[in-house]
Amino acid sequence: MLTLTVNGQPHPVAVEPRRILLDVLRRDLGLTGTKEVCEMGNCGACTVLLDDEAVYSCLVLAVECEAQEIETVEGLARGQELTAVQEAFVACDALQCGFCTPGQILSMEGALRRRPDADEAALTEAVTGNLCRCGAYRNIVAAAGRVAATSSGGAG
Amino acid sequence: MTPFDYQRIPEAAAVPAQLTPTVRPLAGGTDLLTRLKACLDRPDALVDLKASDLGRAIDRVDGGWRLGALVTLSRIQHHPGLRADVPALAEAVSQAATPQLRNRATIAGNLLQRPRCWYFRNERVQCWLAGGEGCPARSGRNEHHAVFDTDGPCVATHPSDPAAALVALGATVTVLDGGGGERELAVADLLVPPTDERRVEHVLAADDVITAVTVPSAPRSTYLKAMDRAVWAFALVGVAAAVSADGEVRLVASGVANTPWRLAGAEAALAGPGLTPEAIDRAAAAATDGAAPLAENGYKLPLLRTLTHRALTAVA
Ligand SMILES: Cc1cc2nc3c(=O)[nH]c(=O)nc-3n(C[C@H](O)[C@H](O)[C@H](O)COP(=O)(O)OP(=O)(O)OC[C@H]3O[C@@H](n4cnc5c(N)ncnc54)[C@H](O)[C@@H]3O)c2cc1C
Ligand code: SF4
Ligand code: FES
Ligand code: FES
Repeated sequence: MLTLTVNGQPHPVAVEPRRILLDVLRRDLGLTGTKEVCEMGNCGACTVLLDDEAVYSCLVLAVECEAQEIETVEGLARGQELTAVQEAFVACDALQCGFCTPGQILSMEGALRRRPDADEAALTEAVTGNLCRCGAYRNIVAAAGRVAATSSGGAG
Repeated sequence: MTPFDYQRIPEAAAVPAQLTPTVRPLAGGTDLLTRLKACLDRPDALVDLKASDLGRAIDRVDGGWRLGALVTLSRIQHHPGLRADVPALAEAVSQAATPQLRNRATIAGNLLQRPRCWYFRNERVQCWLAGGEGCPARSGRNEHHAVFDTDGPCVATHPSDPAAALVALGATVTVLDGGGGERELAVADLLVPPTDERRVEHVLAADDVITAVTVPSAPRSTYLKAMDRAVWAFALVGVAAAVSADGEVRLVASGVANTPWRLAGAEAALAGPGLTPEAIDRAAAAATDGAAPLAENGYKLPLLRTLTHRALTAVA
């Protein structure tokens, strides 16, 4: 038995060592916001936060995360209140089908955890490991700019 | 993936004695898990180095830096001291993989990652490097393969960017073995072409663990990389240039051979420490001396000359 802390909640799960975090989040915990595509580190759809850092959950074993805080897209909003990154994605229309969006958002959240006043360049760099097959890149970069403007506005 | 046990050993010093050909160390897992998923490796157990006290610190030491084996590529990328004092390393890690992979990938694991040759990575192909016979890349699809030393049994390139930078910087690794012995090894001697008896690109034994990487200072150093897209691709060609404390210029290329490849011809053409425009022209022209490209990768030669020229100009 293994206890995973996901979005602040402890979840006891019985999993073999070879089970991948992505798979456990989706199949055992029903948290399907984290998407499964390539399973080889080639797309970014499976991005989650592990102790505040963005990682590909397809290249992490669930057993490795026992003492860590896992955050998925389901854990970001407080009720109806979106995070600045989520709000910017809506305001900038930074998605089409939305399949890559949870991963894109968590990558930017990770950059903000590293540096709360992250500028547009740092927030754009944060999503260089997230493919968007709809090609919503221009608006994703616009969202990065909007987050940077609000975060530095908030800090200053 | 075949089933395996997962082990935690709190004391790093006790890890090597537990390792065998089928009990393997796990660091960031970004290479190892891709291999397990493709059933290229089938270990009985993984020992999670992250659950041990193996080094994670970035320390200033006399003449350079000492990085614990578990230091991630992200921490190197964002470390102001390393960016200023060993820019070749910081630039190499910043251009390797993606932010998510760099948050996980460790510097020791990066050096020991296995080749990306598409035949080697295909579980249905048993090429020479995978323990079988013959090299399908030699007469097959080889646009990403080696251009130097191509008469050996394998023409896969070493996939690491940091490795080329570390060889140019004259870095060493500290290795702890299963008998408790510790040794220091130049990265240039750690990474060697595979042989019939040892079909892997490094000299470590099954019970060896890298504990640290020591990097001499070289503020005048750089790493340039050509990719087939702007980010998230292995090097087609990369060039590291570093001016050591005693003024020696070292040039090392990635993406061109089984290991980071010292550009000895280009270094000799510099003929002295003065990086004049004429010397840089001569060195760039000599960068491809001895190259023997395969059918599909002749395009790497002009890339290598151009990156050599740019890298030398940057450190001049
Ligand atoms: C999509 C993708 C793109 C990539 N692009 C690049 C790129 O452009 N440039 C680049 O350089 N790399 C690239 N990589 C490779 C990546 O950088 C490596 O996978 C990573 O650095 C390996 O480090 P790790 O800690 O995850 O190692 P692991 O996967 O945990 O281990 C790798 C190997 O090293 C062994 N090992 C690990 N630590 C030790 C130790 N301390 N002592 C002894 N043995 C050890 C393991 O047993 C294993 O065999 C890419 C990877 C992916 C998946
Ligand atoms: S280049 Fe090396 S890894 Fe690739 S097919 Fe040939 S022997 Fe195998
Ligand atoms: S599913 Fe993890 S990177 Fe594609
Ligand atoms: S919005 Fe469709 S994949 Fe990005």
